[in-house]
Amino acid sequence: MSSHESSYEPKSATAKWWDERLPLPRLMYDQFVEFPTPRNLNYLWTFGGILTFCLVAQIVTGIVLAMHYVPSGTDAFDSVDRIRRDVNYGWLIQPMHAVGASMFFLAAYIHTFRGLYYGSYRAPREILWILGVFILLAMMATAFMGYSLPWGQMSFWAVTVITNLFSSLDQIIPGFGTSIVEWLWGGYAVSGVTLTRFYSLHYLLPFVIFGLVILHVWALHVCGQNNPTGIEIKTKSDSLPMYPYAVSKDIFGLFVFVIIFAWFLLFLPDYLGHADNFVKADPLVTPPHIVPEWYFLPFYAILRAIPDKLGGVIAMFASIAILAFVPWLDRSPVRSTKYRPIYKWFFWLFVFTCLALGYLGAKPAEGVYVFWARIFTLYYFAHFLIVMPILGSMETPKSLPGSISEAVLGKGSKSTTSSAPAGAPIGAPAAPEDR
Amino acid sequence: MTADVEDPERRDVLVIAASAFAAVGAASLIWPFIDQMNPDAGALALASTEIDLSPISEGQAITVMWRGKPVFIRHRTPTEVEEAKTVPVDDLPDPVARNENNPGSPATDQNRTLPGHEKWLVMIGICTHLGCIPKGQSLSDNKGEFGGWFCPCHGSHYDTSGRIRKGPAPRNLDVPPYSFVSDSTIRIG
Repeated sequence: MSSHESSYEPKSATAKWWDERLPLPRLMYDQFVEFPTPRNLNYLWTFGGILTFCLVAQIVTGIVLAMHYVPSGTDAFDSVDRIRRDVNYGWLIQPMHAVGASMFFLAAYIHTFRGLYYGSYRAPREILWILGVFILLAMMATAFMGYSLPWGQMSFWAVTVITNLFSSLDQIIPGFGTSIVEWLWGGYAVSGVTLTRFYSLHYLLPFVIFGLVILHVWALHVCGQNNPTGIEIKTKSDSLPMYPYAVSKDIFGLFVFVIIFAWFLLFLPDYLGHADNFVKADPLVTPPHIVPEWYFLPFYAILRAIPDKLGGVIAMFASIAILAFVPWLDRSPVRSTKYRPIYKWFFWLFVFTCLALGYLGAKPAEGVYVFWARIFTLYYFAHFLIVMPILGSMETPKSLPGSISEAVLGKGSKSTTSSAPAGAPIGAPAAPEDR
Repeated sequence: MTADVEDPERRDVLVIAASAFAAVGAASLIWPFIDQMNPDAGALALASTEIDLSPISEGQAITVMWRGKPVFIRHRTPTEVEEAKTVPVDDLPDPVARNENNPGSPATDQNRTLPGHEKWLVMIGICTHLGCIPKGQSLSDNKGEFGGWFCPCHGSHYDTSGRIRKGPAPRNLDVPPYSFVSDSTIRIG
């Protein structure tokens, strides 16, 4: 699984017996106890653990909700009502799942921006990064189908609008889009039939995510973690064993995260939802403003910014797909934005762009909002297609420290063996490992 | 055995033939699992419905369900019909009538209705943009800038003939297949 030598030694006869047959304790020890982590990881590196917590929490609460929920067009809305009012602790578990989805996305977005800032997608971590993009896509599909299940007005119309995106394929092959949409619906309009199949897939997809997460962690443990300097671990003094150092940091980060989670859960359980979803789905009345959940708003803004129906759909999907190409779009000789004085500004402009698109996605698609949505959509893509490749090859990065320990402890601790020329791109993705 | 070694292509044929059969078999088994999601016999059975138009007075509109979709039926006033007739087809974003009873014809008001029944406008009440239900059926609704229908989701305006005039929708509202069974009854589907 990983490049470092196993240092596991079974302590008892039973452990030895077990180790010779199924070395699972050895795997866990090597990968999650003794595993070398860069000694300079900051709190942004605690989100991997936080996201694992989120996934497990969603699966556990989801399985419980499935015991009480009725996936039918006539009963779904009332069954969610009953879960919240009648089922023991349903008032706690249902919002835990709904708020949990928002918290999951919050953590996933921070995790993604962390990767973008510190160049965690650079060689040799391309597959690790692309798996992350797939996880994000699977999360979006799961969240979208999950949002349909309460079968309120917003659920129903979100399903209608989003499935109708596929009808834009009629612009390429007439009739093709319509047949795709009717296939998704199982009828000529969104109905209880659609709800039931979404329920089935909503139960399936988290386990697909779980499988992808195992691959994601595997890929991580092959290359080792990136770190704020973007320099690989070179000597033993650059790293610390995962337990207790990284684990204790992860646990503290998780506690802070759970406090924020609990605050929403206990004081504002419906704040992140929409009032219209407390009205039962009515196929004859469209709510005046159809707005997705907050975590889809930037993509919704991109969809509406393009005046052409098919073009909008393509732009929306492209805005996520483009992430998979980032490892090859970034041409900078160094990984970490910390050493990129010019790119730093563009990075924060990109963060601002995403937040601005989120704000505009919640506004009606008219007048000045459309104008700004177009400007920010333009920058969203320009950041990846223009800034990343061109600035990456033009910018002169700041000189990198010789090693991780030098960055942490200062120049005095010359524990490193290599003394590369100052300013050389030591953090370049191709840096060899010699530990 | 030696013959096989000397003529390895004999083995290739077996491998290709066996793989091809397995692939065809697997592919033919996939289809039932895909097709089960298509509209079922129950949904197809609801494919036609009859509506009595006599209670709808001039200027009034009703919404009926056909195949799970809302169908708008509007008893248009002579002014509304006149307004719809005076628009040149060249000025329309979508110049096709979108009338299943008259496929491919230009989007004149005449082509959007049935001959002899121009005051009756029958359309599927689903915005051709992303499937919302446009406003304009009840008297108090916002009917948009052209006096027909207005979709609140992304701001599409339809005229008194249900044709798109402004906004992101790509097509005029669809006219379903229907016919007059008697002077005051239609059958949709």
